[in-house]
Amino acid sequence: MSTRYLLGKLAGAATSLVLVVVLGFLLFRVIPGDPVVAMTRGRPVTRDQLAALRAELGVDRPVHEQFTAWVADALRGDLGTSYTFRRPVLELIGERLWPTVLLAGTATLLAVALGLWLGARGAWRHDSAFDRISTGAALAQWAMPTFWLGLLLSMVTGDLFPSGGMRYPDTPPDFPSQALDVAHHMVLPVLTMVSVVYAQYLLVMRSSLLEEKHADYITTARAKGLRDDLVRRRHAVPNALLPTVTLVFLHLGLVVSGAITVETVFSWPGLGLLTYEALTGPDLQLLQGVFVLLAGAVVLMNVLADLLHRVLDPRVRAS
Amino acid sequence: MSALVRRRRLAAAAATWRSFAAHRAGLAGLVLLGAIAALALLAPLLTDAGGLDVTKATGAPYRPPSSEHWLGTDNSGRSVLLLTWWGTRVSLVVGLAAAVLSVLIGTVVGVTAAHFRRTEGPLMGATDFFLALPSLVLAIALSTVLPRGLSTIVLAIAVTSWPSTARVVRAQTLAVEARPFVERARALGGGHAHVVGRHVLPAVLPLVLVNTTLAVASAIISESTLSFLGLGDPTRVSWGSMLHAASSYGAVSQRAWWFILPPGLGVVAVVLAFTLCGRAMESVLIPRLGGRR
Repeated sequence: MSTRYLLGKLAGAATSLVLVVVLGFLLFRVIPGDPVVAMTRGRPVTRDQLAALRAELGVDRPVHEQFTAWVADALRGDLGTSYTFRRPVLELIGERLWPTVLLAGTATLLAVALGLWLGARGAWRHDSAFDRISTGAALAQWAMPTFWLGLLLSMVTGDLFPSGGMRYPDTPPDFPSQALDVAHHMVLPVLTMVSVVYAQYLLVMRSSLLEEKHADYITTARAKGLRDDLVRRRHAVPNALLPTVTLVFLHLGLVVSGAITVETVFSWPGLGLLTYEALTGPDLQLLQGVFVLLAGAVVLMNVLADLLHRVLDPRVRAS
Repeated sequence: MSALVRRRRLAAAAATWRSFAAHRAGLAGLVLLGAIAALALLAPLLTDAGGLDVTKATGAPYRPPSSEHWLGTDNSGRSVLLLTWWGTRVSLVVGLAAAVLSVLIGTVVGVTAAHFRRTEGPLMGATDFFLALPSLVLAIALSTVLPRGLSTIVLAIAVTSWPSTARVVRAQTLAVEARPFVERARALGGGHAHVVGRHVLPAVLPLVLVNTTLAVASAIISESTLSFLGLGDPTRVSWGSMLHAASSYGAVSQRAWWFILPPGLGVVAVVLAFTLCGRAMESVLIPRLGGRR
C-alpha cells in the first residue's frame, strides 16, 4: 500500500472527524433555536433556573465564541456535563461502553457466522428448496423492526429468560455466577439482534458467491477433478468473502445504533439505552456527546474497512 | 409525440410489464401493496375515526379479541383493529414522502456531481461523509431538536438516507455521459439543460424508480423506529406509536399479544411488499444486475 494513499486516507478521516464535531455543534446549538427551551420543554422552570442553565451551556454567549469553546473542549476530550445525570458526558459514555461492546459484539459474531454459512450454502445449491426458504426467511426477517421482534420474544418466552437489565441484584459476587447471570440476561437481546442482522450477511454472501461460481478459475478447479466441497471451501468461498469482510467492518460502527432499540426494549445498560435516556430528557449535552462519539467511531471504522479491503484484495490495489 | 413513437413506447411498456409479471415474488408484492393501499384509502369510508379518540373509547383496557373488538383493545380501551387500520395511512404517507424526498435529494446531488465536474469533489465528499454517519443516531438527533410532527419525521428520514442514492445515480450518470450519443448531442450544440433533461435523466430514471421502491421500505422501518422511541407525531396513530404505547404501558407483562402483533405485522407486510417489488423491478429495469433473484 503506497504511503501517499495511506496519508490521503488519514487526511480524509481527520477532515471527517472535524466535520463530525462541527455537525455536533450545529445540530444541538444552532438548529433548535434556543437549546435551553428545547431541554426544559413541558417542565415548570423559573426564570433564574433558565438563566443558570443558559450560563451552564454557555448559550448566553455569541455563537462564534460558543463554537470555539465547544471545539476546544471536544478536542481536549471534554464533552460537557449531562443535564439529567449531573456528571461528565465522557464518564457516562465510558461506563456504558462495555455492556454494548459485549452485547453487540456477541450478536455480530453470531450473525456473521450464521449469515455467511447459510448464504454460502444457499448460493452453492442455487434455487434449491434450501436456498429459496433461507432467502425468503432472511427477507422477511430483514423487514421486521428489531424492537418488535424483541417485544414478541420477551412476551413468548415469558419468565424463561429475564427481559430487562444485565444482572440480578442478589447474585453472589464471584466470577462464575456473575458471568452466568449476565449470559442469562443476554439471551433475548442477542437473539433479537442476530435474527435481524444475519439476513444482510446472508444476502451479500449469497450474491457474491453466485458471481464467483461461474468464474473461470472455478471451472479450472473442477476440471482438475477437485471434489465439489473442496472447490467451494478452498476456491470460491475465500474470494466471495472479501465483500463481506468489508461489510462487517462497515457494520461494526453501525451496530451501536442498531442496539438503541434493542437495549431500550430490554433495558440493557449500554450506549443504546443511554441514547434513549438522553432523548427522553431531552438532555442535549449528553445526546451531543453520544452523537459525536458514535459518528466519530463510524468514520474511523470506514477508513479501517477501506484499508483492510485493499490489503485483502489485490484487485483493488491494482486499480 | 407521433403515433409511431407512442406505439413503440406502449410496446416497450408492455414488454417491461410482461417480464415484471414473470417474477412471481414481485407480483405477489405488488398485489399485497395494492390491497394495503386500498385499505388505507378506504379507512375514512368504512370506519369511524372517532374511535381513535381516547376519550371516546368504547371498551375496557387490554381486552382480548372478541366479537365486539375483533383484535381486542389497547391500554385505553380503543379497538386495536381501528388503530392498526388508521396507522396504515400514517406509516404509508411518511414512508412514501420520506423516500421521495430522499431520492430527490440523492438524484439532484448525484446528477450535479457527475454532470458539472467542478462540483464533484465537494458534493461527493459530503455524500461520503453523510454515508458514513450512523443514520439512526442523526435522525434521532434531528427529531429531538425539531418540533414533533409528521414533517419532522419525514425530514429526519430524508436527510439521513439520501447519500446511497446519490452515489448510485452519480455512477450511472457518468456511464451515460461517456456514451457517444451524449457527445453527439453536445457537438450539435445541446446545452446542459438539454443533455441532462433529454439524455441523462431518462437513462437514470429506472434506477431512481428502483431506488425509491427500496427506499420506501427502509423509510417505513425508520418511521416505526423513531415513533417507537417516542419521537413521532403525538397526535397521530402510526404502527410505531402503537408499539411505543404497548411497551410503555405494560402490554408485554399483560401478555396482550393482540396489541403487539398487528402493528408489527403491518410493518413487515408493507416493507416486504416494497422490497419484493423493488427486487423484481431491479432485475427487469436494470438487466446488468440481473440474475440476483
